[in-house]
Amino acid sequence: MLVLNGLGKIYPNGVNALERFSAEIRLGEIVAIIGGSGCGKSTLLRAIAGLDRATSGTVTLDDIKISAPHAKIGIIFQEPRLLPWLSVAENIGFGLSDLPADIRRQKVAGALARVGLADKADAWPRELSGGQAQRVAIARALVPQPEVLLLDEPFSALDAFTRRDLQDHLLDLWADTRPTLVLVTHDVDEAVVLADRVFVMRPRPGRLFEEIKVNLARPRDRNSPMFDSFKRRVLTALDRSLDRNVPDGDSKSTAGEAMWW
Amino acid sequence: MAMTVELPALETTDGTIAPPASRRLRRWTQPAIGLLLPLGLALAWEVTVWLGFSNGRLVPPPTKIFAAIVELARSGELARHIMTTLSRVAAGFGLGVLAGTVLGAISGYWTLARRLLDPTVQALRAIPSIAWVPLFILWLGIFETSKIVLIAVGVFFPVYLGVMGAILSVDRKIVEVGRTFRLSGPAMIRRILLPAVLPAYVVALRVGLGLGWMFVVAAEFMGASEGLGYLLIDGQQLGKPAQIVAAIVIFAILGKTTDWLIEIGSAPLLRWQDAFGRHSGGA
Repeated sequence: MLVLNGLGKIYPNGVNALERFSAEIRLGEIVAIIGGSGCGKSTLLRAIAGLDRATSGTVTLDDIKISAPHAKIGIIFQEPRLLPWLSVAENIGFGLSDLPADIRRQKVAGALARVGLADKADAWPRELSGGQAQRVAIARALVPQPEVLLLDEPFSALDAFTRRDLQDHLLDLWADTRPTLVLVTHDVDEAVVLADRVFVMRPRPGRLFEEIKVNLARPRDRNSPMFDSFKRRVLTALDRSLDRNVPDGDSKSTAGEAMWW
Repeated sequence: MAMTVELPALETTDGTIAPPASRRLRRWTQPAIGLLLPLGLALAWEVTVWLGFSNGRLVPPPTKIFAAIVELARSGELARHIMTTLSRVAAGFGLGVLAGTVLGAISGYWTLARRLLDPTVQALRAIPSIAWVPLFILWLGIFETSKIVLIAVGVFFPVYLGVMGAILSVDRKIVEVGRTFRLSGPAMIRRILLPAVLPAYVVALRVGLGLGWMFVVAAEFMGASEGLGYLLIDGQQLGKPAQIVAAIVIFAILGKTTDWLIEIGSAPLLRWQDAFGRHSGGA
């Protein structure tokens, strides 16, 4: 269980990025965090990762207090952030340097096959497409088998087709070991297709505005009416979080577009 | 009619990728084009002198230069001069690289050290290095020490700047990857910083070596009894232009060769960059 208790972050320049954020996230749960720019979603994720320390509140994972990066928590960034001087296989094995070489090789080979890049083992990161590189980043984060995987807008730099592919692929990988996923996103579709719960946040100061449970069975059909209605609920919540008044039942929300700018 | 004849011809030249054999050929023919101009000029000068349009006394023709080299080589003098100059460059380069690397790394890594150290180094850098010569001779005497120190000073600055700049410009996002995998300080240096800094370091070494060769000439101008720089001065004083040009040619060969050695030596470590060149430049 990942417990966030009253997390707050005030930057040295006085910006109140996050205020009293609390949540309990069960093992294996998928949570999406969505909100307008400046709502503190990335700040929140970096605090959970132990990369930046919160000014108040605590993050605990199975009763361990997290204040620095932890072996049980993996993170995937918006950019793949592969090390350009290591081959694809060496990049995936980067976090496994404590293991004996043969076990490491075996795990890396397994991970490469799992993300469908077995033929790219010896390629350099520069030779990969954006989608392939992000898959390598996912494999690198998953191969040490973290209990919690954090994703900071992981697919936002990819084109729409690749994004869908990788969303499905991520769910596929998640089903293997069922880690907890905490995903920051701009994309309402992505939130609804992946998450058990969607946290809508509001900016200035960043705090939790509304929590929406998406109880749809997986795999989810992006074209089903149920999927649509959850999307609309998230969009409406987003609109209200940005103080836009939208009459009930109006499907023409502007929040989806607002998210991109 | 003409269109229908030309179109297939265009397709074959555009559509087929050059086979490896012709690409290998181009690898050799492209530098060869660069040789055309100097070789042509040398040949033209040789012919001019041979035909008697010029006596070639001040500007000796290639055969005279070649003869001067052969003569120096036969007496064993050339090897002695080359060894002397090479050992000076090696000592000065080694010293300069060591100091530049250590101080550059310290300045790049610790902000406090950079604030303390860098302004002084930058101020010293603004001094034309040759201006140190009289002081070095007073301090260190006229023999080897002052020469080696002068070369080391020339090598130091580009290496220092290269190392510091490279460390400062290491991508913070990649360092963060190291943090998420909980690398210790030494592991962070070995697995992230060193490989990230290496390409810029190799460039700094090559620039430093170039300056080392420049400064060895200056050092040998200030009273040396052997070395390639001595050959230059000797040729000037005794009116032997062929010897001067011969020494210049040997400088060029040695400079290019040592630079090439650094390039070859670092190539296996920088293979990942080749891949980049192959994809963006090679297409």
